Amino acid sequence: MYAYDEIDRTLVNERVSEFRDQVKRRLSGELTEDEFKILRLQNGVYLQLHAYMFRVAIPYGTLASNQLRALAHVARKYDRGYGHFTTRQNIQFNWIKLAELPDALADLAEVGIHAMQTSGNNMRNVTSDQWAGVAPGEIEDPRIWSELIRQHTTLHPEFSFLPRKFKIAITASDHDRAAIKIHDIGLKLVKNEKGETGFEVLVGGGLGRTPFIGKTIKHFVHGRDILSYIEAILRVYNQYGRRDNIYKARIKILVHELGIEKFSREVEEEWQHIRNSSLQIDDEVIEDIRSRFSYPNYEKLPHMPDELRQAAADPDFEAWRKNSVSPHKVQGYSIVTISLKPIGAPPGDATAEQMDALADLADKYSFGEIRVGHEQNLALPHVAKRDLPALWKALDKLGLATPNVNLITDIIACPGLDYCSLANARSIPIAQELTRRFANHELANLIGRLHINISGCINACGHHHVGHIGILGVEKNGEEVYQITIGGRADESAALGNLIGPGVKFDEVADVVEDIVEAYLALRERPEELFVDTVKRLGVEPFKERVYATR
Amino acid sequence: MTSPLEQKKLKIAGPSVVTANRTWDGIVVYRTAGRSWSADLSEAAIVRNSDEAKALLAESIADDVGAIGPYIAPVQVGTDGRIEPGNLREQIRRTGVTIGQPVQA
Repeated sequence: MYAYDEIDRTLVNERVSEFRDQVKRRLSGELTEDEFKILRLQNGVYLQLHAYMFRVAIPYGTLASNQLRALAHVARKYDRGYGHFTTRQNIQFNWIKLAELPDALADLAEVGIHAMQTSGNNMRNVTSDQWAGVAPGEIEDPRIWSELIRQHTTLHPEFSFLPRKFKIAITASDHDRAAIKIHDIGLKLVKNEKGETGFEVLVGGGLGRTPFIGKTIKHFVHGRDILSYIEAILRVYNQYGRRDNIYKARIKILVHELGIEKFSREVEEEWQHIRNSSLQIDDEVIEDIRSRFSYPNYEKLPHMPDELRQAAADPDFEAWRKNSVSPHKVQGYSIVTISLKPIGAPPGDATAEQMDALADLADKYSFGEIRVGHEQNLALPHVAKRDLPALWKALDKLGLATPNVNLITDIIACPGLDYCSLANARSIPIAQELTRRFANHELANLIGRLHINISGCINACGHHHVGHIGILGVEKNGEEVYQITIGGRADESAALGNLIGPGVKFDEVADVVEDIVEAYLALRERPEELFVDTVKRLGVEPFKERVYATR
Repeated sequence: MTSPLEQKKLKIAGPSVVTANRTWDGIVVYRTAGRSWSADLSEAAIVRNSDEAKALLAESIADDVGAIGPYIAPVQVGTDGRIEPGNLREQIRRTGVTIGQPVQA
């Protein structure tokens, strides 16, 4: 966990006071909506279909148990008893009253949580691997660098009025769980030949109506130079990024139009002006941030405790353990992923009761720490293996032990037309129906790793472009129609999916996905060949034939 | 359901209302003939041509403190005068989400 210092606490509290005054002036008519809109957006407040939506940042996906309880409190007191975890390590509340928002923000500020820069054309919440600091083989904890960038960019005047929103993600593992290749800047921690820590820097990734996979702009930027290098990228973007057309304003468009070579030359030139400035980071700064992260006092525990051996006789426990429990860098401990994808439920939602109970379980079994992943699931990062059976029983009582992590029912979905004012079609009911179709765990396990991502409009909040199966809802002649892509992926081998054919109606989507899956099961060379690898080997055609032959 | 945020021109294809979200709490409201807002669609003022729609929208926009984001939305008016939303988007705004709440054990 990272402990805010006095500067952070003052900043967060002052922000609440400032926003309280802005809301008061808005409600009295002193501020018009046009004047107020940018102010509310800078505090994560959107207007959705039914109500205001309040988006709260969870920097690099790390939450303390008291922070999760505060989120539960907001859900219960100011909303309708639940929250929605998003694909960028935020949580959204869908029914907040504007008049009560300052109080909600004040309650969150007490535990160091805020909503700054969760909206608007600025640097958004810096995201990272939800297994940061505990994943075996990691270069080092990427949250230290995430926090450095968070501090540098928060309310930075040069980055507060960018051409468009700007997102950074950081990973320190070979397996990318942070989807860095679909971010404006993706950072991968690496070591150079001298053993020094630095970053491979990618730029220009993003989804939306014009999707691009990020390109490597520099293979190694020393850690001490990372702020100046990021700033150089942002300066080039600020100078050349288009402000006349919202659809062409993201940095991915600039990188594409200039070409990565010219773009990188521009960045390099800018960087040479500023790299030896005050932006160069002293080791002391990094060490200070590192010192404010607390790590558990792990016990020396056996690899295979008796409790785990005995529990292995229970097939339900074993199904969950094999699916949701992952290796930890410390012997005797595990990382537990908590599926927020129960069969038939909206993906990523958690009730206030679940959040409170999970905070208690984190205190009891995970040193008071919870993580949020971009797949809209949670994790307990430090669970002793001996405690896994007891934790499983407790999670099961809460409806949080569905053993479907990374399987076909672990669906990423945006709020869609049920909540979102930008959406053209519903997402969540499609996800719900698909989870019912594939509710059988044996079938899901037979299918293996398969990610379905659903967006209710071209803005792609559900990351449909990079779903193994991507589903995009559009509107055609007043009806919801869904375009299906296959072959996308969001990891270190990130790729955009390919369209299989004409869109299908709402009621046909689940049938089409079943057809695609049946085709895969018939076409794969061996059970270990993942769906996405079969698509890569064979292309779209065999799946297209299967889906449209009878339609 | 093309978002009204993307509507470029004001076209009225049939009976319509002005809808928005109430400023202090964000709930869905409809402009009434009495120049106020109501959460009840049955109390909405019905417009049937572009001139009427423009006038109702202009008056709605002027009430910036009362409600935000006003726009023209289609409705269907039954023979008994009952007003129903004219598309899925507006149906969802009126009756709420089409999904269940999160599963609690």
